[in-house]
Amino acid sequence: MHELSLCRALIDQLQQQAAVSGFSRVTQIWLEVGVLAAVVPEAMQFGFEAASHGTLAQGAQLHIIRLPAEAYCRACGVKTDIQQRYQPCPHCGEFQLEVVSGETLSVRELEVE
Amino acid sequence: MCGLCGCDHPREHKHEHWTQPGAAPAGDAHEQCRLQVELDLFSQNNRYAKTNRDDFERRNLLVLNLVSSPGSGKTALLVETLRQQPAEWPVAVIEGDQQTHQDADRIRATGAEAVQINTGTLCHLDAHMIGHAMEQLPDLHNGVLYIENVGNLVCPAGFDLGEAAKVVILSVTEGDDKPLKYPDMFHAAQLMVLNKIDLLPYVDFDVTACIEYARRINPDIEVIQLSARSGEGMVSWLGWLEQRQRGQLQARIEQLETELQTLKAQL
Repeated sequence: MHELSLCRALIDQLQQQAAVSGFSRVTQIWLEVGVLAAVVPEAMQFGFEAASHGTLAQGAQLHIIRLPAEAYCRACGVKTDIQQRYQPCPHCGEFQLEVVSGETLSVRELEVE
Repeated sequence: MCGLCGCDHPREHKHEHWTQPGAAPAGDAHEQCRLQVELDLFSQNNRYAKTNRDDFERRNLLVLNLVSSPGSGKTALLVETLRQQPAEWPVAVIEGDQQTHQDADRIRATGAEAVQINTGTLCHLDAHMIGHAMEQLPDLHNGVLYIENVGNLVCPAGFDLGEAAKVVILSVTEGDDKPLKYPDMFHAAQLMVLNKIDLLPYVDFDVTACIEYARRINPDIEVIQLSARSGEGMVSWLGWLEQRQRGQLQARIEQLETELQTLKAQL
């Protein structure tokens, strides 16, 4: 359940953002989660409810947007979309894929008041 | 007070500025608006990790983050390592466990300094905890720091502590397909130590397959096979450590020499 720690980090960052942008409540959050970010969306929702209690984000809706992951094959040089870390390259079959994206975990948009 | 971030408590960060009068937007306080932001949830830990990394560099420490599932023999390997590694290396251990001080006590029995962190309900060590643990090791310089993470092959993978490398320990009493089942950890590690190889005749662990699985996840991962109990293979592990430690010292010496030349040029 490291998602709870991540949700605490989210609340911290919302409070810092509130100080900068001058809002007092967050009503909706759009969170981008790469498929390789090692985050379970359900656990994130659960952790968010616990971490947001009594804060500016209590009751806010957390929208989770899954982002695909991309890898580069060291053997054949082709870039490809991947779902997990240990799949072979779909072009040459080698296990030489180097992950280039898909580990994102960041908030891109907020609805505030 | 937290020396790293200025908070009153190491685990709580209440920044209540947003409730201050006048902080809300002018006009209707309940007016809703959309805001484009870029809030990276790993960034908080990564900031602390960077602070730790800078501190480790200043102190010239080789820092290794030891990760594994519970029962792989991390502490046994550490105890043996502390007994066998060159006595002139200054050394300390940070022990992460959910509860108890047993592991720190085992480490201290070797004569090495140990700091125990009890994570309570948390399943991993984070960079902030390490920063505070370092406050208890003010005299550690020019040596090695081992961080024994909480026994867990999932969560510690995502938390950089500022270490030079993660070392994942897998014992042959576990499944040889663990690299495939817990890929994030094997992806994050630079070295895989296969422990308890003295038990290979009694278990169905396929070493070749295990290494192949680990390299599917991480083509660059190095592998050392050993038994902390029988001592077999320890020489490879100690050699790996010595090579890393020498590299660290060499880099520091070069840095100091450059600094010395710069200062001499100013005379």
